[in-house]
Amino acid sequence: MTDILMPALSPTMEEGSLTKWHIKPGDDVSAGQVIAEIETDKATMEVEAVDEGKVEEILVPEGTEGVKVNTPIARLAGGGGSAARAPARSEPASSGDPEKQAPEAASTQPEGEGPAPVAARTELRDPDIPADAKMVRTTVRDALRDAMAEEMRRDPDVFLMGEEVAQYQGAYKVSRELLQEFGERRVIDTPITEHGFAGMGVGAAMAGLKPIVEFMTWNFAMQAIDQIINSAAKTLYMSGGQIKSSIVFRGPNGAASRVAAQHSQDYSAWYANVPGLKVVAPYDAADAKGLLKAAIRDPNPVVFLEHEMMYGIEFDVPDVEDYVLPIGKARVRREGSDVTITAHSRMVGLALKAAEELAAEGIEAEVVDLRTLRPLDHETVVESVKKTNRLVTVEEGWGPMGVGAEVAARVVEHAFDYLDAPPLRVHQVDAPMPYAANLEALSLPSVEKIVAAVKSVTYRD
Amino acid sequence: MARAAKAAETPKKSGKSKPNGTSLTNGPTDKAELLEFYRQMLLIRRFEERAGQLYGMGLIGGFCHLYIGQEAVAVGMQSVFKKGDEVITAYRDHGHMLACGMDPREVMAELTGRSGGSSKGKGGSMHMFSIEAGFFGGHGIVGAQVSLGTGLALANAYRQNDAVSFTYFGDGAANQGQVYESFNMAAVWKLPVIYVIENNQYAMGTAIQRSTSETELYKRGISFNIPGEAVDGMDVYAVREAAQRAVDRARRGDGPTILEMKTYRYRGHSMSDPAKYRTKEEVDEVKKTRDPIDHLKQLMARAGVSDLEVRKVDEDVKAIVLDAVEFAQTSPEPDPSELLTEVYLEA
Repeated sequence: MTDILMPALSPTMEEGSLTKWHIKPGDDVSAGQVIAEIETDKATMEVEAVDEGKVEEILVPEGTEGVKVNTPIARLAGGGGSAARAPARSEPASSGDPEKQAPEAASTQPEGEGPAPVAARTELRDPDIPADAKMVRTTVRDALRDAMAEEMRRDPDVFLMGEEVAQYQGAYKVSRELLQEFGERRVIDTPITEHGFAGMGVGAAMAGLKPIVEFMTWNFAMQAIDQIINSAAKTLYMSGGQIKSSIVFRGPNGAASRVAAQHSQDYSAWYANVPGLKVVAPYDAADAKGLLKAAIRDPNPVVFLEHEMMYGIEFDVPDVEDYVLPIGKARVRREGSDVTITAHSRMVGLALKAAEELAAEGIEAEVVDLRTLRPLDHETVVESVKKTNRLVTVEEGWGPMGVGAEVAARVVEHAFDYLDAPPLRVHQVDAPMPYAANLEALSLPSVEKIVAAVKSVTYRD
Repeated sequence: MARAAKAAETPKKSGKSKPNGTSLTNGPTDKAELLEFYRQMLLIRRFEERAGQLYGMGLIGGFCHLYIGQEAVAVGMQSVFKKGDEVITAYRDHGHMLACGMDPREVMAELTGRSGGSSKGKGGSMHMFSIEAGFFGGHGIVGAQVSLGTGLALANAYRQNDAVSFTYFGDGAANQGQVYESFNMAAVWKLPVIYVIENNQYAMGTAIQRSTSETELYKRGISFNIPGEAVDGMDVYAVREAAQRAVDRARRGDGPTILEMKTYRYRGHSMSDPAKYRTKEEVDEVKKTRDPIDHLKQLMARAGVSDLEVRKVDEDVKAIVLDAVEFAQTSPEPDPSELLTEVYLEA
């Protein structure tokens, strides 16, 4: 004997009308046969039998309204074998209210970002550089190139794909000479087709390779953002840990010079919002090298935000074997006692200049280079603010819902009692990037704006 | 799964298939193979019927897209699958997973969102995977799996193995831009990929004639120099033959092939779709004249497979599905601690 139950035919349906029976007692029913019509909250739909057997009894006559889901509506004799049991309505599996199911574990979540690997970041530290290590003046461009070349030599699964990365040697020459060393199998020129090649990169990563996908600029990656987020960032979780995407998406981010709104956007906050991604935005050449090597080795998808206007700038890079830096660790670039300035990427340079000017006026600023935006090392920022009691955040992108907003929120959460002034954010003005030179300069953060913000939080203006 | 369907005799057929074209008078004679196809296709159908029932009981949430009617496509394609090959599709994926040899228990338990599910309850109907079975999902964004599947093929080419990516998508996804971006790169780089277009004629509720300028989708590769073939997707032998040609081509290093499977889904787009965009007569006509399982039954009868052998498969399949249903209802919900696991891998 098998009961046929009133089915739910949409995620929200709780009851419906039984408008018509196509069977009567004594009929033989086979699987797949249409046996009834019911009216749901959306439409009239047919009900097919799943079990076989002879109809013994119609329990709910046609024309009955308001039949609750899972009510027995007919009974089959023989055949049987329905293992499907009606769930109790209170069972969590059938409860539609997500709030009721919020597990207690949620409260252990550290600041809205990842689990164990993120929590362990306090142990992260930069490698010791031997006192006798030679420092080599290197552009950010060459540091990135060296990082890729070293990792490609080290791991045959690492390859580079993107527009103009091979024969042209890179639109910004970041991949210079990689084709010559590694050949066209591992340095792949793609057509102009960001959505497609980003997805193919993720597919290759799912198959176990370690692609580096270069976007000529991050602005063009807007075409590919679905693959970065829906495919790369989420699949490990959706697969219960089975499918990994060890992939680096990299390229210049933020404002270049005089290229206007569509080529001048900072995506830091966009990607740093997404669990499953790591987001790195280095400032100098040493960090660019050490963090890109770490990103390539990382088993997770990493968004690596470079800056076109930094590519040609030279910094010291330690000439040591295998210089790898930890992802998820900020770096105090300048120590100070009066105010904490956070920044990442090119903005670090502006913050350091501002700190110099402020020092001349007797204000000692501590500059924290965030380096990684996800996971965000707020401990380093909080420790700094506990000393300085004031916070100014600097970012090149727009302010609302931005990196500065997140940094300020975490400082307020963890060091509220230490603050002597409300945190201030310095960021791009709330408009698309203009083309005209004077407007562009007005739009972006500047040393002057940072100095002014610091004076405000130190009540020196 | 790596089940090698070795036909003693393959049906005589050209590449052009008509509905249920495999000859009944001069058809396949390998009884074991007929029964194996029948077992696989029936498993999908019975599984999906039960999934529909569990959905109706509130045990399966969200969206649930059933594969009923299209069974011959996944089963026929899978018969040329070799260990190391990859399969990837969108969200009408239960049939593919079963054809790949994934455990019906873990597929059903994923539908009910339980810890015994193949994604531990974190993926659901649309997001399941099995590296062991070569099944790479299970993707919820229409068309995204085409670039991903082409990337799997890129990995095969990179590794210089002879594996092939079976990349499935529907007539709906055939209008997505990244499909053509992928076609282009697959052709330029001669990647080992078979694009299997499951043309069931309706992209959700939109009939192909209303959405698509050229409805013969196998022609979609013409401007990329990708050969295409229209295949009767309701005939498992026609599917198998076309699949064999395409997979041979891919393994030889000759690049991608498009196989347009003319098929039909019996149920709505998802469980909550009353399918008012087509007539009951249209659906009934397909069920009556083109049903892939009925057709196979005719071939079996012709080949002299006994009723007893068929009934044995029926009973086996029923037991497997009921066992899966039982497991999917008794497997516990995921532990709350699972909420934050598998967001990242340890670096």
